[in-house]
Parts: sequence; structure tokens; C-alpha cells
Amino acid sequence: MSAKEFVFLPVMAAVVLVQLFTAASDSAYYLTQLTMAAYYSLLIVGLCVLMGYAGQISLGHAGFFAIGGYLSAGLTTRDLLPWAESPVVRSLDALGCLNHGQDLYGAQLLTVAPWAAAAAAVLAAALVALALGVPVLKLKGHYLAMATLGFGIIVYRLVLASEYFGEADGISGVPGFPLLPGLTVSGDSAGRVANYYVAWMVLLVAVLLLRHLIDSRPGRALRAIHGSPEAADAMGVDVARYKLKVFVLSAVYAALAGVLMTHYNGGIGPSEAGVMKSVRWVAIVAVGGMAHLWGALTMGVLLNFLSLRGVFGSYDDAVFALILIAIMLYAPGGIFSLLPDGRWRERLASLARRGKSGEAAP
Amino acid sequence: MTLLAIEHLGKRFGGLQAVDDVGFTLARGAIKAVIGPNGAGKTTLFNLIAGMLSPSSGAILFQGQPIHGLQPCQVARRGIARTFQNIKMFHGMSALENVMVGRHVRTAVGFFGAMLRTPACRREERAIRERSLELLDFMGIADCADTPAVNLDFGRQRAVELARALALEPTLLLLDEPAAGLNIYETAELGRLIGRIRDLGITILLVEHDMSLVMDISDEIVVLSFGRKIAEDVPEVIQRHPEVVKVYLGE
Repeated sequence: MSAKEFVFLPVMAAVVLVQLFTAASDSAYYLTQLTMAAYYSLLIVGLCVLMGYAGQISLGHAGFFAIGGYLSAGLTTRDLLPWAESPVVRSLDALGCLNHGQDLYGAQLLTVAPWAAAAAAVLAAALVALALGVPVLKLKGHYLAMATLGFGIIVYRLVLASEYFGEADGISGVPGFPLLPGLTVSGDSAGRVANYYVAWMVLLVAVLLLRHLIDSRPGRALRAIHGSPEAADAMGVDVARYKLKVFVLSAVYAALAGVLMTHYNGGIGPSEAGVMKSVRWVAIVAVGGMAHLWGALTMGVLLNFLSLRGVFGSYDDAVFALILIAIMLYAPGGIFSLLPDGRWRERLASLARRGKSGEAAP
Repeated sequence: MTLLAIEHLGKRFGGLQAVDDVGFTLARGAIKAVIGPNGAGKTTLFNLIAGMLSPSSGAILFQGQPIHGLQPCQVARRGIARTFQNIKMFHGMSALENVMVGRHVRTAVGFFGAMLRTPACRREERAIRERSLELLDFMGIADCADTPAVNLDFGRQRAVELARALALEPTLLLLDEPAAGLNIYETAELGRLIGRIRDLGITILLVEHDMSLVMDISDEIVVLSFGRKIAEDVPEVIQRHPEVVKVYLGE
């Protein structure tokens, strides 16, 4: 285990301690928001690698989250019985991809099994990212931001306008996602503790995979593209291809977050696809320090937890926008650069130098 | 034996003929310099060879194969490495990591292998690290391995850039004004380094303003003026070439 992987131990210990604390203090309801914050953070760590390490901005990641969430919600709730005789539905059924169940009133219901729906949703997000990435990743800086923003708006308006995705109401009644016998991703309060651990395990494994990526050949290629695209190209890195791969990877993370969150919440609404959500994710990555996976994770969990607890009230979006402005102005290196061992020391040193040279001058 | 052949190469930018019917060859194992006043088309010529520009006319043959019109990364994969006039370090990465990027085309691990850290990935990663450390050592800057590359002084950054280029195991090394921004001591040290790189069997083509360096290390010199080749010969002859003297010193 390398030094960088050693960080996982205290984090895992903290996850367990928090759970034990809530159990001891009879405040297990906090675990619900911590579980949701972990799922949102799954999107954020993926976006962190795209933005911080590969240097590509995306203002459309809520769109990928929504593709994951809405597709798994739609497929696991919308009845396929009217098409039961169609060859597609029959072959899906033969493959075991479908669930035969009953709705609230006891009527027959034929839906896609959660695992198959999740696979389809994540695959769809990956394909959309691929199709979108080929043209838009040729753009740089704010042009890329604009193009991905456009994509986010399209997804938002599509889910809002389509009956299949429930228009303004979204989709509710999404079943739980069975992981193992007796373990289901759902909002059922009996499984609250188990779900908390599932979410955090998924998040930490996802971070571990990204950590491995960053410290390896493809990860260095991505960071090289951020550092100097011309030099990376001259060193044989196929810049367009690598940008596309990391874009798809971050979209898959976002879609997986959407899938798990939707099953946990039992539904999804259009606000999850909103542009303000995409801006929020970018703000959190920026606060965490861009190229700082643990920073992004910490701020992702903290800020989402506060937001979900309703601490920011109806000023929720305004708070995140304010955070974005403040961080750009006062700590472009992220909030952790303000820690005593970060930039303050450098700043003090440079102030001291300036002071000294000022004294020396006549 | 010819490694690189430039044939009737031309590059036009709108109304400007930046490179005009230039041709020369580069023998394997040689050091060749391209010189000329500002605006003579040296850097354009370089960018044409490195794939950053594609020519309007003519051909570039590397080991007998045409390489003009290829992307820079494809040119790199053929075994041509380059350095940049204004050093391009990968910021946010240590000196060692910068050199490790140079191993990119000689290694193969992809996204999945890296994320799952497969045994093959671990093996490759170890080999990349060892080779890169060797190269930093070869450049005499092994002690800077873990320093962020952009924090190094200019001379050391130049050395990191050279190590990065060597990590690619190039057959041909393109050096774009390697002495730019270096003082006379650093330039002399650079001259020795370039000699040692040639001793590794690597062919070198350089663009350079620093005449002492060029005259010192080059086997042959090509002189460009206004996009055209006006002379090509050994340094002693170039120094006394009437047209070259005219171009550099005026009539």
C-alpha cells in the first residue's frame, strides 16, 4: 500500500466512527443525508478528474446524472405489458432482464429489472458522452463550458417535456436496487445503516480507482494534456482520444451516481437535471481545489450534506453561486490552499520579503 | 545512410511563403543545424517535420516513409522526439513525472488496466519509473526528481525537457533553439550534453541562434533566408560563405 493509498484508512475509520456516533446519539437520520451526499460525491470525484487533472470543464454533468437516474427510473417503473408480445420485450424477458410484479392496486406490471435498467442507463450516458464529446472536446476553455452547458439545458428540457419522464413531477415509485440477498439500495429506514455503508464503499472504491488512474500512464497523459497540450501531443499522447476517454469516464461516474441516488430516493425529479445543479458541481470541485481528489470528496460530502439538511434554506443555489465567486476571487487553488501549510505561509513569506526590501530601500 | 529527407518542402500562410522549396537530407547519427535570421522559416520548418503543421507542397520522408500530414502524436510514435523553444513543462507534475510522460509511446497500459492496477500495470509502472530516473541521472539532475518541474531553474527545465524527449527512445531528436535563455556556461554544458546524446546513437536536428554552439557541435549546417535554403555545408565553409555573411551582417 503506497502512501497515497494509506489515506484511505483514516477515511474509512471516519466513516465508521460517524455511523457509531449517530447510533450512540440516536441521530441515525443524519445517515440519510450522508448517504445521498456520498452518491453526489461520486459524480463530483469523476468531474474532478475531468476538470482538475485533465483540464476540461463541463457545465453539463447534471445532464449525465439525469440520464442515469431518469433512465433507470423510467425502465424500472414504466409498464411494458402493452408491448409484452413484441419480439424485443419477449427476448428481454427470456434473458431475465424483466420483472413481473404488481402495482399498488394489484394489477399486473412488467418492468425492466433494476440491474438491467442500470446497465442500460450507464451505457446510454457513456454513448451520449461519446457522441457529444467528439465534436465539443475540440473546443477549449469557455467555449467547451458553453457547449456542455447547452447539452445540460437540452437534457433538462427533455425530461421536463416528456410524459415518459413524468414532466414536472419526475418519476416516483422507483423500486430498490437489490445488491445481495437482504441488501437493497433503497430509502427503507430499516436498511439505513447498510445503505450508508454501501454508498460510502461505492464512493471510496470509485476514488481508489481514480487515484490509481491518476498515478499511472493514462493518468499522466491526462495531466500532461492539462499542463501543455502541444508538448503532450509531441510526446505521442493522442490528445483528442484521451480527452474523449476521460469525458466518457466522468459521464459514467455521473450516471452511476444518478442510478444509485434514484433507487435510494425511490424517484427523481427535473431539478436533478437543472443547470444550477451542474454549476453547483463545478463550484464544489473548485472549492475542493480542482486537481485534488480528496478535496473534492471532502467538500462534496460537506456541502451536499449541509444543503440536504436545509442549512442554506431557500438560498441554496445562491449560496453555491456565492461560493463559486468567493473561491475564484480569494482562493483559486481551493479552500485547502488557505490552510496554514498552504498558501498563507507563502503569502506571509512574500509579505515579509516585501517588508524587508521596503526597509532596505532608502 | 539517410534517416530524414526533406524534398521540395513548401508552406504558405496566405500571401506569405514561409518555407519555399527547401530540401536537404540528414544522415543517421549526424548532428545538423538549421540557422537563419528571424523570420527565415526555421520554426515553420521544424513544425512541419514535427507534424504541428502540414506542408503546402513537397514531402518529408523518415526512414523512407512519408510523415508529412501526420499528427504530432503519430510522428512521435515513429520515433521522433522534440523540445520546444519556450520550454513546455507539464505544470502540476514533478520533474520525474514529466520524464515519465516521455515513456508514453513505449508503454501500453490503458484506462482499465490502470484503474484496476493490474500486475502488468504495476510492472510497467516500475519500469517507467526506473528508466525515467536513469535519464534524469544521465542529465545530472537526479536530485530534482521530486521537485515540481516548473519550480526548477531554466537550465534544469531544459535538462528535464531533454530527458523527457529521450524517454521516448527517439531515432531522431528535434531541438528547437535549445540554448535560448541559457547563459554561456549553461550553453557550454548543453553542447556537451548534445554530444553525449549523439553518442547514444541518436540523430539530431536543431534550430539555433547561438552561433558558438552551432559551430561547435554541428556536422553540417543548413542556412535559410526568407524561407529558402541559401547554403548547406560543414561549419568551416558556412562561416566563410559570402551569402551567409551577407544575410547575417548585411552588405
